[in-house]
Amino acid sequence: MLRGLWRLTWLELKIFVREPMGVIGTVGIPVLLFVVISRLLGPQVREASPDVPRFISVDLPIFTSLLIAASAVQSLAAIMAIYREGGILKRLRATPLRPSTILTAHVLVKLLLTAVTLGLMVLVGRRYYPVGEAVPLLSFTVALLFSTVSLLSLGFLFASIVPTARFAQPIGALILYPMIGLSGLFMPVDSLSPMLQAIARIFPTTYAVSLLRGIWHGEGWYRHLGDVALLTVTFVVCTMASSKVFRWE
Amino acid sequence: MMRQPVIHVDAIRKTYGRTVAVDEISFEVERGEIFGLIGPNGAGKTTTMECVEGLRTADRGSISVLGLDPTRQAYALQQRIGVQLQEAQLQKRIKVGEAIGFWASLYARPLDGDRLLEQLGLSDKRNAWFMTLSGGQKQRLFIALALINDPELVFLDELTTGLDPQARRATWDLVRSIRERGKTVFLTTHLMEEAERLCDRVAIIDHGRIIDIGAPDQLVRRHCPERSVLVVTEDPAAVERFRAIPHVDSVNSEGMHITIRGRGDDFVTEIIHCLAEHRIRVIDFRTELPTLEDVFLKLTGHVIRD
Repeated sequence: MLRGLWRLTWLELKIFVREPMGVIGTVGIPVLLFVVISRLLGPQVREASPDVPRFISVDLPIFTSLLIAASAVQSLAAIMAIYREGGILKRLRATPLRPSTILTAHVLVKLLLTAVTLGLMVLVGRRYYPVGEAVPLLSFTVALLFSTVSLLSLGFLFASIVPTARFAQPIGALILYPMIGLSGLFMPVDSLSPMLQAIARIFPTTYAVSLLRGIWHGEGWYRHLGDVALLTVTFVVCTMASSKVFRWE
Repeated sequence: MMRQPVIHVDAIRKTYGRTVAVDEISFEVERGEIFGLIGPNGAGKTTTMECVEGLRTADRGSISVLGLDPTRQAYALQQRIGVQLQEAQLQKRIKVGEAIGFWASLYARPLDGDRLLEQLGLSDKRNAWFMTLSGGQKQRLFIALALINDPELVFLDELTTGLDPQARRATWDLVRSIRERGKTVFLTTHLMEEAERLCDRVAIIDHGRIIDIGAPDQLVRRHCPERSVLVVTEDPAAVERFRAIPHVDSVNSEGMHITIRGRGDDFVTEIIHCLAEHRIRVIDFRTELPTLEDVFLKLTGHVIRD
């Protein structure tokens, strides 16, 4: 399993960076958008007046993080589809590499890029959001990476079966955006209709939001063991299922 | 020398939906030979090869490669074989040197990648992205990747498809050099000329079935024993002289052009003897030997198309 993993990860990272549009789209644009939005909304937040919607002051970072994770899931699926269509996966298959190694390498690349994007946002955001002192940054980063890995496992599953790259984007959006929409970010899960509540409770994003929000507010991890457990279950189930259904061509 | 099969395929069958891609195919490949699976596109060559490589699983039948089961012992097998696939690609922006280095890192006893690139004429492309390579350079890189683990057995699927004649010839030399290193080569091709020039033995495959197996010249002799000789001469007695030669089936003349058809290994020699004995003055002399192409046509009733 480990044979080739680090080399492949490093190789894929280099290959990714060689495509300027990919880097701009993944790292540049989110950070740029963040700066633009912050410039517009930042002053309101800084005053911390009670009128500032809770969404902007607390949930915006979580929302942004989820969007970045979602785009990582989509781009993971898209890359796998491109590799599958192009016969790259097939060529890799005729080596001692295992599918899990290939997927893991791509997940590590995505995770690293997600971390870089978020790191840049935190650096840039310091100017606009006086949150640095109150928020347990280290804990939040760990929670965020953990949630991202769990969501990426959905990407695993999705990347294992999606036939073409053109499908990956819209199908990804179709699955991920409702997940984010019902995750409790925009309205409390408890206020949803019973059916939507049931749906929200099977989406891992709901638990990711609950965990991220809690940690952001300085709550201890022990209060979110349920979220951690469910995100772990998601990861295990999706990873195992994806290695079963992985399609090389 | 004792026969040592490195590949043993016994009655494999593979279907896709209702299409039978491979139907009860059996053959053996011996150590140190270049064995070709030849037939038109869609005959089942690639499917058969991919079953042997362990990339597909046959519905029925058994396969043994270097004593291993290609499906159940796929990872052990991958260490010992080299594979070049039809229509495979690499990452667009991977460098040639990176690809070789990465592949080398996957195997227990890799060859020196730099030397391999040098031998394949790719040294100056070390830092080039895969997407910038020409068709011939990509093929050579894929050959390099197939050889990097110093495999005992090399699979080449339609290696020269899409190459210009010059690159094709260079590639044939390469394949021969693989055999000279003591490796076994298993290849597929729909080019009869390639099979004739390169393969020690071929299996002719059509509609998922093997029609016959043997050395190319053996197959030609077996299925197309007739050969013809064209003699251009002004000698009016020539036609009668040729008719008297044993094993001659027919003699047709059109002005000075005489076509003699017959069979047997000594047929051409006998004509030369006859010419010498009767001191027939010859303006032109051409022999036309049947090729694998003719064998294929005879066995299947249709021509193989490029």
